[in-house]
Amino acid sequence: MVAQNVAFWIVAVAMGLAAIGVVRTRNIVHAALYLVVVLAGVAAQYILLGAEFIAWVQVLIYIGAVVILFLFGIMLTRAPMGGDSEFDNNQRFPAAVAAVFLLGVLVTLLVDAFGNQKIKLDAAVLATGKTATVGDAIFRQYVVPFEVVSMLLLAALVGAVVIARRD
Amino acid sequence: MLDAAWIIVLIPALSFVLILFFGKKLPRQGSEIGIVALATSFVLSCVAVVQWVQYVDEANAGKEGLGAIGKNLLFAGKEYAEVEPIVHSITWWQNGAMKFGVGTQIDGLAVMMLFVVTFISLLVHIYSTAYMKGDVRFTYFYAALSLFTFSMLLLVVAPNTLQLLVGWELVGLCSFMLIGHWWEEGANSNAALKAFLTTRTGDIGLMIGIIVTFFAAGTFNIVGINQYALSSGADHTLMVVGASCLLIGIIGKSGQFPLHTWLPDAMAGPTPVSALIHAATMVVAGVYLGARLYGVFWSGFNIGDGGFNPMAIIGAITIIIGAALAFVQTDIKKVLAYSTISQLGYMVMGLGVGAWVGAVFHLFTHAFFKALLFLGAGSVSHSGSHHSFDMKKDMGGLRKYMPITFWTFLIGSAALAGIAPLAGFWSKDEILATAGQGGYEVFAIVGLVGAFLTAAYMTRCVYLTFFGEYRGHGQPHESPKAITVPLIVLAVFSVFAGFAQAVPLGLEKFVEYVEPHFAFPPVLVPEFDYGLAATSLIVVAAAIGVGCFLWFRKEEVGAFKDLTRRSSLANAGYTFLVNKYYLDDLYEGVIVTGIKGPIARVSYWINQNVIDAIVKGTGLAARSIAGGTYRVDQDVLDAGYNTLARETGASGGLLRRVQTGRLQWYALVMFFSVGAFALALVIFS
Amino acid sequence: MVLNQFLILSAFLFCTGVYGVLVRRNGVLVLMSVELMLNAVNLNLVAFSARLAEVSGQVFALFIITIAAAEVGVGLAIVLLIYRNLRSPDLDELDQMRG
Repeated sequence: MVAQNVAFWIVAVAMGLAAIGVVRTRNIVHAALYLVVVLAGVAAQYILLGAEFIAWVQVLIYIGAVVILFLFGIMLTRAPMGGDSEFDNNQRFPAAVAAVFLLGVLVTLLVDAFGNQKIKLDAAVLATGKTATVGDAIFRQYVVPFEVVSMLLLAALVGAVVIARRD
Repeated sequence: MLDAAWIIVLIPALSFVLILFFGKKLPRQGSEIGIVALATSFVLSCVAVVQWVQYVDEANAGKEGLGAIGKNLLFAGKEYAEVEPIVHSITWWQNGAMKFGVGTQIDGLAVMMLFVVTFISLLVHIYSTAYMKGDVRFTYFYAALSLFTFSMLLLVVAPNTLQLLVGWELVGLCSFMLIGHWWEEGANSNAALKAFLTTRTGDIGLMIGIIVTFFAAGTFNIVGINQYALSSGADHTLMVVGASCLLIGIIGKSGQFPLHTWLPDAMAGPTPVSALIHAATMVVAGVYLGARLYGVFWSGFNIGDGGFNPMAIIGAITIIIGAALAFVQTDIKKVLAYSTISQLGYMVMGLGVGAWVGAVFHLFTHAFFKALLFLGAGSVSHSGSHHSFDMKKDMGGLRKYMPITFWTFLIGSAALAGIAPLAGFWSKDEILATAGQGGYEVFAIVGLVGAFLTAAYMTRCVYLTFFGEYRGHGQPHESPKAITVPLIVLAVFSVFAGFAQAVPLGLEKFVEYVEPHFAFPPVLVPEFDYGLAATSLIVVAAAIGVGCFLWFRKEEVGAFKDLTRRSSLANAGYTFLVNKYYLDDLYEGVIVTGIKGPIARVSYWINQNVIDAIVKGTGLAARSIAGGTYRVDQDVLDAGYNTLARETGASGGLLRRVQTGRLQWYALVMFFSVGAFALALVIFS
Repeated sequence: MVLNQFLILSAFLFCTGVYGVLVRRNGVLVLMSVELMLNAVNLNLVAFSARLAEVSGQVFALFIITIAAAEVGVGLAIVLLIYRNLRSPDLDELDQMRG
């Protein structure tokens, strides 16, 4: 228990700092790298929660594909890759207020709702994290959403090609 | 014809319309229609006379046969049956219980007038074919003559005072039209206006008199009014007022003093018009009114009592002033005009002294010889003096050239002067006898003086026109037949008409047939006074003698030569007469201008300061209201609308800032709202 | 482990992502912030899945990952188009809907 808590806190702090970095850095490539840190941290949290399959899918898809896509996007839009650019528009303060306000509301709500409930990593929980279990659920209970999502992926693929086509 | 007398009246009216529409196209330009119509009317009038005589005879025969049936009126020993006039009337229009009728009232007076009017009118029509030949408005002249005859007949047969008034006004209108026949000359139009306005002044009295008699008697019917006036229950005050007002009407229309000034000026019209209207017919309308409504005058002025009454006095004054003025005229028509005024004075005085028969008889005879004299004057001017009427300048010695005209004119003058046995003698004598025997001796004397003057001025006139040397510029010759034949006819009548009422010869046709024996006051029928007759004849002879003495001699008598130059009194007298007693100056210069001036000034002041002020004030008020409304519109309403629009625009300007078009701004707002909702949810659940 | 610590962490990530979405001018950076938000949600789901011993949470998370990937692809294509039309990836210049 203690080890998990310690691990959680280290990862959580890293993630937090990295997230703030994503939204505040002046270097766009740095932002992408900070995003990688956040995504990796999320994957670590998944493992801590016993969801191994999801954790590896996260690493594979997000860090492997999505971040690469981001980097390509940065390059293709000739984003200023020098270190110093002003990326913020002029609503920083209101946005900060909104974000903090939202955070406050959420935290209050969560504390109020869930109090001190604990997560016990017993066999049942761990069993849910297994690949076989997840696959089982996908192809049995959620087969229809699964097919729909695959259609969506196809549409997104074709759509991206069509949109970005240069003609 | 007694029951259908309206035909006689309407024939001239029809002729008027026909002449207006067809006259110009006919070969004699409409005079044929006029002559035929008038001849027809005249014949029918003669028929009416005959029928009336028969009617009265039957009534009298019936009375004699049956004794004392019906009321009888005693007339100096003779008794005559009561003969009601034959009245036919249709309702013209009705107002509640008041019926206004139009129709005919036929009695002796009416048939006599019918005869006279149609006869003289017919002769004038014939005369005018030659006299007015080549006139610029020949057809309209005949149309106007027909209209006049119709109006006079309408007046004469009127059964009620309203129809009489209508006829009265119409003859006034026709007189205006005919006097101003040659209106291109300003003097003629002025004369026509003067005639119309002067008679109009008298008409005020007539209208008031009609109203008063209506309220007294309760009816407009003439018979009814007379009956009321003679009844014992008549209101004497109303009768006096009514008689006085009617007398004013008579004064205006019949040229009595003081409203006589229009008659001489009316001579500006064509001579046939003067003969018809201003000698024989229209001017006697006043006398006719007096004769018709005699009951009112009898009871109003107490004529039966003798002494003095306004009617007699005015008539007497008129006799003298008319005759005096006739002496100083150089225009032959003016002499005859003043003579007419004087003779009308005789008629009115006759009515005033109770000589109803005498006045009406004089009307009858006067019509003939005065028309004769006027037509004769017209003949003289037409053929003798080259269309001039000036005796002194253009006439003289014409008896050699115009014998017919001379002899007929002489007969007319003799009749006018009252030389027996011509017509004027009998009628004038009747009046004088009644005056003398009725308690009006003064007026008898006045009448004799008037007779003297009449004979004298006619002698002067005859001398200047027909004797001496010809002073004119034309080629005098006798007039054509159309002119001379009427003269001869009238001369015959002037000689013999008097025998209709020649009492010593046993002829009393007027008393028998003309005098009304119904609703009529007990007038005096005088005995024939041989003494008075002789006196008047002597007076007349003396006048003629004096006249011959003064004017027929080759040179003027020494004592009278240049009298007006030597004697300032004589000169003043002469000037006074020549200026017609300065009456015209009084009327026009003083009265009219005096009334006109201030009234005009006051009217002008009112117009400028009161009426115009009102108009201006209204205008200004309207303008200021408009200005105020404009202000309100601009400042209040428009301001309101402008503000509304402006604020809407401004708020729009504010609100559009929300639509930044920037995605992240929208996202910010959304997230904020979500947070707020969540908070609300948290708090309220 | 307390459930709340995962949830609060996820809330923090989410709000950071909100801030980034609202503030960042570059379209790619906005998409990155959206990724942050999605990951926060995923963490939430998995935490609950572990708490309730339910596999549905993880299945959801899986789907969300898939959809996020598709969305990034399309999103980047759009950002490319914006860049082509505006010559700059600045989102602030995208105000043609301005009222």
